[in-house]
Amino acid sequence: MSLNKEKDFGTPAREADTLVTLEIDGFQVTAPAGTSVMRAAAGIGIDIPKLCATDSIEPFGSCRLCVVQIEGARGMPASCTTPVAEGMKIVTQNKRLAHVRRGIMELYISDHPLDCLTCSANGDCELQDMAGAVGLREIRYNPQGKNHLQAIKDESNPYFSFDPSKCIVCSRCVRACEETQGTFALTIDGRGFDSKVSPGQNEAFMDSECVSCGACVQACPTAALMEKSVIEHGTPEHATVTTCAYCGVGCSFRAEMKGDQLIRMVPHKDGKANHGHSCVKGRFAFGYATHKDRITTPMIRKSITDPWQEVGWEEAINYAASELKRIQAQYGKDSIGGITSSRCTNEETYLVQKLVRAGFGNNNVDTCARVCHSPTGYGLKQTFGESSGTQNFDSVMKSDVIMVIGANPTDGHPVFGSLMKKRLRQGAKLIVVDPREIDLVKNSPHVKADYHLKLRPGTNVALINALGHVVVTENLLDEVFIEERCDTAAFAKWKIFIADPRHAPEQAEAVTGVPAADVRAAARLYATAGNGAIYYGLGVTEHSQGSTTVIGIANLAMATGNLGREGVGVNPLRGQNNVQGSCDMGSFPHEFPGYRHVSDDDTRRLFENDWNVILESEPGLRIPNMFDAASDGTFMGLYVEGEDIAQSDPDIQHVHHALRSMECVIVQDLFLNETAKFAHVFLPGSSFLEKNGTFTNAERRISPVRKVMKPLAGYEDWQVTQLLANAMGYPMNYSHPSQIMDEIARLTPTFAGVSYEKIDRLGSIQWPCNEENPAGTPTMHAHEFMRPNGKGLFMLTEYVATEERTTRMFPLILTTGRILSQYNVGAQTRRTENVAWHAEDRLEIHPHDAEDRGIIDGDWVGIKSRSGETVLRALISERVQPGVVYTTFHFPESGANVITTDNSDWATNCPEYKVTPVQVSKVTQPSEWQKQYSDFSKQQLELLEQGTHHA
Amino acid sequence: MQIEKLIKMANAIGEFFNADPDKEAAVESIKNHLLRAWEPRMRREIIDYCRKDGNGLAEPVKQAVLKLEV
Repeated sequence: MSLNKEKDFGTPAREADTLVTLEIDGFQVTAPAGTSVMRAAAGIGIDIPKLCATDSIEPFGSCRLCVVQIEGARGMPASCTTPVAEGMKIVTQNKRLAHVRRGIMELYISDHPLDCLTCSANGDCELQDMAGAVGLREIRYNPQGKNHLQAIKDESNPYFSFDPSKCIVCSRCVRACEETQGTFALTIDGRGFDSKVSPGQNEAFMDSECVSCGACVQACPTAALMEKSVIEHGTPEHATVTTCAYCGVGCSFRAEMKGDQLIRMVPHKDGKANHGHSCVKGRFAFGYATHKDRITTPMIRKSITDPWQEVGWEEAINYAASELKRIQAQYGKDSIGGITSSRCTNEETYLVQKLVRAGFGNNNVDTCARVCHSPTGYGLKQTFGESSGTQNFDSVMKSDVIMVIGANPTDGHPVFGSLMKKRLRQGAKLIVVDPREIDLVKNSPHVKADYHLKLRPGTNVALINALGHVVVTENLLDEVFIEERCDTAAFAKWKIFIADPRHAPEQAEAVTGVPAADVRAAARLYATAGNGAIYYGLGVTEHSQGSTTVIGIANLAMATGNLGREGVGVNPLRGQNNVQGSCDMGSFPHEFPGYRHVSDDDTRRLFENDWNVILESEPGLRIPNMFDAASDGTFMGLYVEGEDIAQSDPDIQHVHHALRSMECVIVQDLFLNETAKFAHVFLPGSSFLEKNGTFTNAERRISPVRKVMKPLAGYEDWQVTQLLANAMGYPMNYSHPSQIMDEIARLTPTFAGVSYEKIDRLGSIQWPCNEENPAGTPTMHAHEFMRPNGKGLFMLTEYVATEERTTRMFPLILTTGRILSQYNVGAQTRRTENVAWHAEDRLEIHPHDAEDRGIIDGDWVGIKSRSGETVLRALISERVQPGVVYTTFHFPESGANVITTDNSDWATNCPEYKVTPVQVSKVTQPSEWQKQYSDFSKQQLELLEQGTHHA
Repeated sequence: MQIEKLIKMANAIGEFFNADPDKEAAVESIKNHLLRAWEPRMRREIIDYCRKDGNGLAEPVKQAVLKLEV
């Protein structure tokens, strides 16, 4: 193993149809037109000295260290800013160039601390490398002269420090912040000798707009910007490429290690989803993996009022299996089930559903996509024939108009958000459909939405229909696409339906609150601007009509021909790392892997033959159905891997009641999460650093998860599921997750060509990957849709108002969302320094609504719905419209889901998290629920303490 | 399971498919959705309820439920 650092070509790659041939130091080189001389040279192994250039950002030409001589040309141009030209003859090394470079380095070093041996970048410093490369041997300038050696360090960021004494003002950090991240938090302040890197307006990093993505640290050639983990532990000695376990972007990272200690996560330049970029979570927030709260010994107890008892693996597994068998004997085969999670790998999820279907003998398996993107699965399967987004992330760089519906990419999917911002800065148009003013609307530098359709929560379908109405009635249809690619009878039906005046923007305005003129203009823009791409998130799916909106979006894309090529498409932004994968792996109760219904005889027989067992042909219970059945006494045992239903699911008091009603709850997790407080068996899980497997991101990209340290509790998660299956009497004998993937490929047509060997070779693969597409499929439905007849299906999408309406008692609508620094239920990020950015959930309320209630910023406010009441601190904000309040749900004590109701999507039971009628009032103490839950939580931690203490 | 919940869920399914002007097709779609998405014990309960009186179930939903086999 070695660190095997990635090569820096100095300037970005260029794409061009024309190739240019030139000569560098006597060697012939061919490169695409527009390539820099520096990059062309690097391509044949000639590394021209450089400081201000790096291949993640555009060349700048400021350090002049990369000067070269060109035959027939005057002077010494910088090779980073000089493009290759046909027949050019370049000299990169001669006496004159060496003299100039040495002179430049001497100037740099004259104002640099000469503490290389004790410097955190020792051995990993480009300045040091360049001093060596140019042969610098002496500094003739007076060391006592004016310098920056005493400049004060900025230690405000928890993850990296800024030491201006080591800064060479190359601007790489400033440019990375602009070009890569798009935040523009950094600038060079002052002129000449006084020039210095400045976050914001001479602020500390933490007080500036900095989002701590790490792009500046990555770009810095010296120790000026340095990870604190490297300062503390020293430079890493080996690295393994793996995949981030946070959001659905699925960034590729190099886990840089020292022995079995993870020193830093560095975004991988060859990562196809992130191209060397990262966010504050993936880059820095990995401390949870070795947090003291990790539970690494299995535990059991008879009742949730008993202390936990630490036991060996065998005893825990046998106890769990015997309880599940006892329950089945007593209450019937269908009285138990399993829940897997989008945080699990594909292989783990596959095994959990196999355990349930083959080992438990029923189809009671579900995954947390139930509460986020199940409507995507349903809606896109019905219309396009496959439950997935249609594009790769890079496709956005070819979009002319981008419509973002109910998503907040700069917070929820930050690395893709940065890519989207880059395209928007290049001039693509932007339509935002959201009740709240997300950053893209006008809070991102040099990005502004052309239209912000600020609709009332719960009226998505009315708005999408109005957009469709304009497309049809103003004849903005792509008739050729529809005729060739879609089911024309269904289209004809839809055309009559959507043309009805009740769907006109002028009619919809009363429902949505969005001015009709804006809707018309937005529809025209989307339909006529060229490549129109739709990106959407949970603001679409988590509604009583979530599936209807997904279908409406699909209709809109088909009607305008915005499918089947780069730059267009329908793109669900998946919340967690493996939402797409966990759905693909057959973790829904009605579908086998590859989205094939359990009632399909051919598919079932395929699995029966391979698994050597008779399988159930009826759909199983979904998560909310499991809770209802538990409360009814017909569902009594549950195996939950990697999911925290007791915090993340709606109407939490109902969930807690269901969990208390069950006789055996088995939780497999890193921590004693909220669900584990209701559990009888705790099986320690392994973090993404401790196991092998794959994750599939929002663009269907299957990427490797690689083990960089031993599982703290001894087993990888898939091994634990295997132990449980064997104890249940269903044999599983995998010795490596690659064998599980081989089985998936054998049984799933869209995965037929996938193997670990191919993933290792290609880096990652976008499914479908089969005989026709052996290297995967970046753009789906290019020639025909994946429905049986190959045609896209238009469906009718009548708007039906949600039953969750405001009343005199509950006059405000609560909607929920996410924040950049925290992730989902927060179990991971709350156990990192990310709390420095977000230490509590707050309730955003419009100044008018606050004033009506005598609420000022920071007040404790009670939020009450028909489900329950909780208390948060108020944040007065005009980002929400009057009548709407908003909160995040990253902290269990916030109890956001005490308020949310059991209302759900008609097709999939995905909860309506986004619309809850509430009343808000000033209070002085926590709610009754919060007090009770705090007591319960305290008691459970004591029971944990008692158990582990005695052991 | 709480029958009120099942009624509400079934009616919501009905509201989507009932947009189809072909009412026979709408009933067929509702039936198929219940068949493909609902676990048997949920279907049994709604069938029993529908056979008893079916109060609160929308008309096309009733027709669809009665087409389901136990």
